[in-house]
Amino acid sequence: MKRIEAVNDFVIKFANVNGTGSASSNHMFAKAIFRMGVPVSPKNIFPSNIQGLPTWYEVRVSEKGYLGSRGGVDMTVCINRQSMAGDIAELEPGGYFIYDSTKPLDLRIMRDDIEFIGIPFTGICRQEYTDPNLRQLFKNVVYVGALAALLDMEFEVLAGLVSDQFKGKEKLIAPNIRALELGFGYAKTKFECPLGIRVERRDIVGDSILMDGNTACGLGAVYGGATVTGWYPITPSTSIIDAYEKYSARMRIDPGSGEKNYACIQAEDELAAIGMVIGAGWNGARAFTATSGPGVSLMSEFLGLAYFAEIPAVLIDVQRAGPSTGMPTRTQQSDVMMCAYASHGDTKHVCLYPSTAKECFDLTAMALDLAERLQTPIMILSDLDIGMNDNMSPPLKWDDARRYDRGKVFNAEDLEVMTERFGRYLDLDGDGIPNRTYPGTHPTKGAYFTRGTSRDEYAVYTESGAEYTKNMQRLLSKWETSKSHLPLPAIKIAPGSNDIGVIYYGSSQAATLEAVDMLAEKGLVLDSMGIKAFPFSCAVEQFIESHETIFVVEQNRDAQMRSLLILECEVSPKKLLKVLNYDGSPITARIIDAGITNAIESISTHGYLAKEVINEESVAEKLS
Amino acid sequence: MTYIIPNFRHPDLPCNDLGYTRQSYEGGISTLCAGCGHDSVSACIIQACFDMAIDPQNVAKLSGIGCSSKTPTYFLGKSHGFNSVHGRMPSVATGANMANRDMIYVGVSGDGDTASIGMGQFTHVVRRNLNMLYIVENNGVYGLTKGQDSATTDLGSVSKKGEPSPFEPIDLASVALQLGASFVARSFSGDKEQLVPLIKAAISHRGFAFIDVVSPCVTFNNNPGSTRGYEYVRDHIAATGAVDFVPMREEITTHCEPGCCEEVSLHDGSVIRLHKADLELDIHNRRSALRTIKDYKAEGKYLTGLLYIDPDSQDLHETIGSVRKPLRSLTESELCPGNTPLQNINESFR
Repeated sequence: MKRIEAVNDFVIKFANVNGTGSASSNHMFAKAIFRMGVPVSPKNIFPSNIQGLPTWYEVRVSEKGYLGSRGGVDMTVCINRQSMAGDIAELEPGGYFIYDSTKPLDLRIMRDDIEFIGIPFTGICRQEYTDPNLRQLFKNVVYVGALAALLDMEFEVLAGLVSDQFKGKEKLIAPNIRALELGFGYAKTKFECPLGIRVERRDIVGDSILMDGNTACGLGAVYGGATVTGWYPITPSTSIIDAYEKYSARMRIDPGSGEKNYACIQAEDELAAIGMVIGAGWNGARAFTATSGPGVSLMSEFLGLAYFAEIPAVLIDVQRAGPSTGMPTRTQQSDVMMCAYASHGDTKHVCLYPSTAKECFDLTAMALDLAERLQTPIMILSDLDIGMNDNMSPPLKWDDARRYDRGKVFNAEDLEVMTERFGRYLDLDGDGIPNRTYPGTHPTKGAYFTRGTSRDEYAVYTESGAEYTKNMQRLLSKWETSKSHLPLPAIKIAPGSNDIGVIYYGSSQAATLEAVDMLAEKGLVLDSMGIKAFPFSCAVEQFIESHETIFVVEQNRDAQMRSLLILECEVSPKKLLKVLNYDGSPITARIIDAGITNAIESISTHGYLAKEVINEESVAEKLS
Repeated sequence: MTYIIPNFRHPDLPCNDLGYTRQSYEGGISTLCAGCGHDSVSACIIQACFDMAIDPQNVAKLSGIGCSSKTPTYFLGKSHGFNSVHGRMPSVATGANMANRDMIYVGVSGDGDTASIGMGQFTHVVRRNLNMLYIVENNGVYGLTKGQDSATTDLGSVSKKGEPSPFEPIDLASVALQLGASFVARSFSGDKEQLVPLIKAAISHRGFAFIDVVSPCVTFNNNPGSTRGYEYVRDHIAATGAVDFVPMREEITTHCEPGCCEEVSLHDGSVIRLHKADLELDIHNRRSALRTIKDYKAEGKYLTGLLYIDPDSQDLHETIGSVRKPLRSLTESELCPGNTPLQNINESFR
């Protein structure tokens, strides 16, 4: 058997039982590698369950800094007998299977092309602790200790993390370090350490942070000046609100009175959540909500109102696998179409697609500016993968000289000197953006009636077809204006003139850019473009125009971004080829690499694309 | 009806303490049917705001969808208004109120907008005790879609088509009481003497003030056999008593007989004086109010007037501990923590 040999380049997966406290130990493991200066990408793969079902935590260690899912597992730490058969089956040949050997292995699920490393975690804890709760809890710490020995990790780094974790509860530090030592000592004496795969200290992570996208969005809302939140709990978005509240409670308290400079209201449903945001936006406060696909479905009626009545609102959609309840704890990018055109009638909405934690922060703060500048809902399409997993990301920054863009608002002085009649929907500047007034601004001027019905430029109800059309045209003109305010795509042109390009967005970024490198090594050079916003800028159209064939990488069945590009840029559908993965796991570089390679081969052999580039092989493999 | 409001007003029209005439509180011309009860409610709102010398710019009018929800255009033309989506006015009002706690929020809804499509939002705005006046113009029928039964149509009440309603009605005042509303009243659009002081008291009340106004639909629910027609309501009405609203600035001169007369001091210093007609009802006791409503209903009567009040209730801002200043007026210096704390936050993620 040829065992896998690797330094700082492997995938390790933890198989645990949900609700046993494994997440914090697994996180400690990932962070220890990060603190050793080596890039990591941890992903929590969890069920829609509180206790009892299998849960996994996958950590990719990549000295080259590839942070997407790679696909395949080199080492498994299996603490859950429920999932053991599958965990063994999915291990790469030559991989390592670490398991709890307190009970013997079922011989029927053994493989002879992987290395089995049995450590009696339960036995060790049974001997050491009398309290069953402690046995359970410390078992997680013991296996991290064992890994430190097996992978040659620096024990002091782990000890340092324990001290950080229990700051303020110092009594807990010593027992945790003792548990680490138990595992470390056992592995050191029973096995030849390190194994074929190991970690070596590097200095690659620089000033990066390891932060989940939802925390970054919550912070973005605090920094961007959001004061009102209406929200309804839904996985995987709730931790945005948690973060917003946590940091607001820390940094948004009025020093004189001790009162809150924010209002965070848990609504009765998503309809009410977005209604509160719209009410607050109408009345001059910056407001946002966070939800997932099912929530956006419910909010759609209100989104149409905010579009038509031109009310600022920010909505963060942390996408999960649909349709309907779908796979609520699995990732997808399948709300692209719904968000772009949410609600009945002719509606279009500005959407932003963050790819990293830093972008989650930046785009949330930016969305609050855009919503007021453009007087319309702004949607941020994050997803479970970047939202709930720790991303190694550039650090967050705030320019203290930055001022909020509150948009076109007439204040009392403006109204006082105004001689003409105030027209809420008058296009004074020719950019399609009218001027608004906050309720309560002036005793006699500037009041108007906001409505979802058609009205003239002075906000007076009308059913005149001409007035209606004029207004709808102005909304289109505003749509054009919005393009100049949105973030540009991230375009990478490889040396040489290339006919082939690849388009990605959101959480598909890391895997796509890695696949581009993999393909380049095989001699296939591609230009790439990461779309950051809808409506698409001229740069997006130019990129498509200047390439003969373009792959669009996304995590949904129907290639929704591709459809959006075809519709909005009037591109020939033949030009845009799909690379899709929608099984609920983050897309991997291997899937993208295989998809593009097969397509190119097919085109060069047959002169056309023989079959759709979807991840059929891996789906078939998983089902068998 | 006329479509033009004459601009001419008599120069000697009385002004209120702010120097405004009643005209300053009017809105656009109503497009509802002639004789609609809702127009009388609009007139009562205008009267109440004029009498109280409320600054019109300090009022925000909110509504959902339906005949009732059209009415905010017909009063307080100098105030901002928001005609939102069907049954969702409470959430919009909540957000608006969170943004600026210094304004007066007047919500107008109907029985369809509140008791059917909006029941969910209604119940939650009640339990949050949002500081607002919430009026339901309750005609027991869907007017704008031409005469369907609503959720408040009485069992057996005969529609214009001639069919009796087969379902139990929802009594919104009872629902509000059960959910903890801190001010609950019922009135009749045809009883201006009662409705105007109730609106004044509701505006002065801090917290959620609910008034269920029986407001007949002349076109679709004023026929024989209907329990919401003008004639039927007039014949089946009973009042908890006459209500006087005494603003803070006025000295109370008349004498109040204990037992049959009760005074309630409101948060802004004004006083409600209730001349009791029903000596059993204790307006500070939710159970008493619920029981009394039931007793009258058993006799086939609408009990109107002030039903319940808790003058010391805590509104949503107090409950969540938000700052006294309107949130919308906070600036970067109060909202943005700046780059230095952000760098410390970064450090905690390394």
